Amino acid sequence: MSAKKVTGNAGGKAGKKSSGGSAAPAQDTKASGKPASGVAAEAAMQRGGSAGPKPMKAAGSGAPVSSCACTDPGIAAEAAAGDGSKRIHVHHVTRVEGHGNIVVVIGADNAVETVRWEVPEAPRFFEAILQGRSYKDVHQIVSRICGICSIGHQLSSLQATEDAMNIRISEQTVTLRKLAIHAENLQSHLLHLAYLVLPDLMGVNSVIPLAETHKSELVGLIGLRRLANEFSRTICGRTTHPQRMVPGGFTKLPDESELQVLLQSFRDSLPGFLKAADLFASLRHKLPDFSRETEYIGLVSPSEYALYRGEVGSTDDSRKPASFYKDVTQEYCVPQSTAKWTKNMRGSFMVGALSRYKLNHTHLKPTAKKVAETVGLTPDTVNPFHNNLAQLVECVHSVEDSMELIHWLLVEGVKREKAPVIRPRAGRGVGAVEVPRGILFHSYEYDSKGRIVEADCVIPTNMNHANIQKDLEGLVPVIAHTSEAEIELLTSMLVRAYDPCISCSTHCIDITPGQMSKPDRGVRFVYKGR
Amino acid sequence: MQNKPKIAFFDFAGCEGDQLQVANLEESLLDLLGHVEVVSFREVMTGHSEDYDIAFVEGSITRPEDEARLKEIRSHAKILVAFGACATIGGVNAMKNFMSETMYRRQVYGDNARCYSTYAARPLSAVVKVDAEIHGCPIDRNEFMRIVKDLLVGKRPFVPDYPVCAECKQAGNICRYDLGQLCLGMITRAGCGACCITEGAHCWGCRGLAPMANLDAARYVMEERAGYSRTEVQDLLRIFLSHTTAPL
Repeated sequence: MSAKKVTGNAGGKAGKKSSGGSAAPAQDTKASGKPASGVAAEAAMQRGGSAGPKPMKAAGSGAPVSSCACTDPGIAAEAAAGDGSKRIHVHHVTRVEGHGNIVVVIGADNAVETVRWEVPEAPRFFEAILQGRSYKDVHQIVSRICGICSIGHQLSSLQATEDAMNIRISEQTVTLRKLAIHAENLQSHLLHLAYLVLPDLMGVNSVIPLAETHKSELVGLIGLRRLANEFSRTICGRTTHPQRMVPGGFTKLPDESELQVLLQSFRDSLPGFLKAADLFASLRHKLPDFSRETEYIGLVSPSEYALYRGEVGSTDDSRKPASFYKDVTQEYCVPQSTAKWTKNMRGSFMVGALSRYKLNHTHLKPTAKKVAETVGLTPDTVNPFHNNLAQLVECVHSVEDSMELIHWLLVEGVKREKAPVIRPRAGRGVGAVEVPRGILFHSYEYDSKGRIVEADCVIPTNMNHANIQKDLEGLVPVIAHTSEAEIELLTSMLVRAYDPCISCSTHCIDITPGQMSKPDRGVRFVYKGR
Repeated sequence: MQNKPKIAFFDFAGCEGDQLQVANLEESLLDLLGHVEVVSFREVMTGHSEDYDIAFVEGSITRPEDEARLKEIRSHAKILVAFGACATIGGVNAMKNFMSETMYRRQVYGDNARCYSTYAARPLSAVVKVDAEIHGCPIDRNEFMRIVKDLLVGKRPFVPDYPVCAECKQAGNICRYDLGQLCLGMITRAGCGACCITEGAHCWGCRGLAPMANLDAARYVMEERAGYSRTEVQDLLRIFLSHTTAPL
């Protein structure tokens, strides 16, 4: 690899890295404007009490890994060399989906001055371009919000459309859709664990060197990913932006022979998952021992580990139906950040695999429970890094649950069904689906011709932004005494633990401090946590 | 690691699904890595270098400041490949080009309508010279491999210039028009094996117009023979073919 090694000297002079990074730093839509006020830092320092972070061991071993993220030359130049202050500016965190920056400034006495999580993604105006679109095309358009979660976007969109037009779907369609969600979960979690997280735990820059050093483990994980892709192809037609799902059902059904093959490959894959569990169990000590209590939100159901259907549950709050999504995801503005944050009962909340695990762990399948034990995941954990472990547990659950669903399909027989007659009518509908990164809401209002009047998509990564910021504020003071490279690695790892999908994340809005923005007809799109 | 061609991946406004398709190559990706050195691929690796031979660029150009970054990439790369519909034809990002900028800005940003820079979305070829294109939304993994191999041996990659209908017939599908559905297969560039039609949908036009597409005949078929209204046809055309502004 051509990346340079960084020798992080504890005194940490800035301007250490010379990797190029993006060709246009400081071009991000007025990102990194003024340094944030010290509010965030003070809040973090004062929060020493019960919810405060425990002392944590430094993660990683040996030489710190060099990072690609370019240090903004401006920021680097500002840093007074030699006075012991540290400035970390991770421009475009790598191995996440989309663009995000981390800015950390630490004074000479290790006092944290600034911790900032920025999202400078280019706006794409999805909710605006949906206006006037026919219900037949909407799910295919929103699919393009994100390549990784395309199935989830389609399903949430279809739910909203079916809710608005009162379309009934059959038990078989529900089963196939549950399978589609499982397929996406497997694809995304395995991608995240194998390609994006594992390199950090192994102390390398990417999955590529692992092909030489840990070939058998990697080939095992890649084999599982191939199975997940094949699964997705069998159920919905393609691995990304699938074609078979339409309002009311599926345009094409999997053959029973294909399902038989799939069932067998799932049976054969379980040892591979157990091996992966052993691998992550052996690397578990590399995950920083950091805790911060927060609220966890996800779909819940009395009968199953809710992914496709359920009510919105929370660790702090009562259950609510999905149509109340705006009450759960209250967006608010804070002085030290220009991102709109979401809160429910506390200042922020977390969605994703860890939240689902905490809310639904009693419904996990037996092997998944065993894997949770193997990797040392307990329902009372409040360590955001454990999201990675929860993802692995969910993978195993998805495989087991898929086997049951496929078995049901084979027993009942996959039947061609008559498409329901759809009569467009004016109305509103809300869809809520658990996608790999958390709960995803789509809400549409249609006119009598079945064209969108107003669309609102609330995306899990966006709900996590506030929590990422607060976690960073909790983490940085604890590691402030370490080298810049170490801080950069750990803060990047924290962001990666959330598996953020920033292409998706809408509804961040740029506001100047003190100016509260008025929501405008409910459609607010996009991007950037300052 | 000597003398292997260096390749880099970049992205602008898009969903990163095409880079995901590259990651989805699974074992083939490991084979490919035996022949090239990946120096920059932000979605899956940490590490970056300005020294690369082939740049694969995903996403549309939607902000004036994106142009500078793209030109910078162009200046480093010997070969620049646009991959995915956003990069090749503007993709769904270009749907907003038919709306009033004031309207979509206001809708999205409310009082802060002027805070962001944005302009009409456009494909890469509207800003810099593009040497090769990998079409589709998302791209086809096997086609990606084929084109990369062609580039590595110095061949000009073959991209079909006939419409999807040819491949659709080979796939043995019933014509969507016989089933009473609208379809853009007759004017869209082939190469996908008519995958959407085979999977029960219709052609959305994500691979762009076939070079010699007979738009007059297509209009006659859609409006006169199949009886679709101008609005329905235009709706479908404006999902992927917005930037090509096909005069239908």
